[in-house]
Amino acid sequence: MSKLFVARNPRVAARCLDGEMMIMSGRDSTLFTLNRTATILWQAADGATPLDEIVQDRICPQFDVEPAEALRDAESLARELASHEILEISEEPIPQRNAPAGESR
Amino acid sequence: MPELAADVERLSLVIEIGGMPVRVNTTDPDFLAMLEARYSGFLGTSEGAEVEFDVDLIQPGFVQPGFADPGADVRVTHRRGWWSLERGDFRAQWEPAARRGWIRQSANPYSIDAVLRIVHTLVLARQGGFLLHSASAIRNGRAFLFAGVSGAGKTTISRLAPPDATLLTDEISYVRKQDAGYVAFGTPFTGELAKLGENVSAPVAALYLLAQGPENRIDPVAPGEAARSVLANLLFFAEDEQLVQAAFHSAFEFVSRVPVSRLTFVPDARVWELIR
Repeated sequence: MSKLFVARNPRVAARCLDGEMMIMSGRDSTLFTLNRTATILWQAADGATPLDEIVQDRICPQFDVEPAEALRDAESLARELASHEILEISEEPIPQRNAPAGESR
Repeated sequence: MPELAADVERLSLVIEIGGMPVRVNTTDPDFLAMLEARYSGFLGTSEGAEVEFDVDLIQPGFVQPGFADPGADVRVTHRRGWWSLERGDFRAQWEPAARRGWIRQSANPYSIDAVLRIVHTLVLARQGGFLLHSASAIRNGRAFLFAGVSGAGKTTISRLAPPDATLLTDEISYVRKQDAGYVAFGTPFTGELAKLGENVSAPVAALYLLAQGPENRIDPVAPGEAARSVLANLLFFAEDEQLVQAAFHSAFEFVSRVPVSRLTFVPDARVWELIR
């Protein structure tokens, strides 16, 4: 099975406020509020770390979930975020271009 | 025999909202008089206008080629240094670098009002400020903003304001970032109350999210909800990624510096006892 790489879209604006990640599409001003899993995925989406490593190292330790199931859910989530142009996904590493990680307060 | 003047006399006035002078030029004295009445209290004398618009008046209902369909939503786009503003009833272009632009509309006060609102949102967005769907008023030297969807009570709380409160607007608040805080200015942008705000300003002390209920009370609002509420009430039109991002971050900066609370109120004047 090929690896999947995820990267934050540099064309969105992101802020994390009290642990709540909010992202606005620069294209159509749609506002998204990410849940905890999506926030972890977003913050780890550096374009270089494969999704399975993100799931193993960042998501599984936070949730009581089987790794295979967590990976399936994470792939589904990544594709959904990509459909909103929040994330970019690719089977190759994705060079990052000043993508916003979401300034925290 | 004196030479006949071939040029049509150019008339102009300066509309100064939020401390930003906008010069409007027209050749129609009736239109000029309409604007002077509409923006009474917001007329400036500044020679150095931030923006200067030439207004080209067309007949009502006459839709020129290139105009959007009447009734269409406003469209604001940026290309090669020019902003283009379009709605069914007007078309305008503005070149910020040259501080000049033009507006094509019929002789009505509503089209130019929309152009002014849009231009102010564009200028403010680059400076960390914004226009917010909210009523606002000054009391004891401090400005209070009251945001909410239509029907939440912006007009009601404006109407209930006591004599010692100065109404800035019942519909659209003008918020400018200044030093470590924010300042609210009066605007001529009116809602149901149809009463122009006073052309004064004061530091913003609080933003209240309005809700009508059985008692008057103020409750804290979580930071995330505060930010979402500000974003939901921002007036913003531009299809421009950089400005969208600037407006987004401005909303977060605002909620990090200004207390945001929920104000539940019974629609009578006692609610103002909580606002001091």
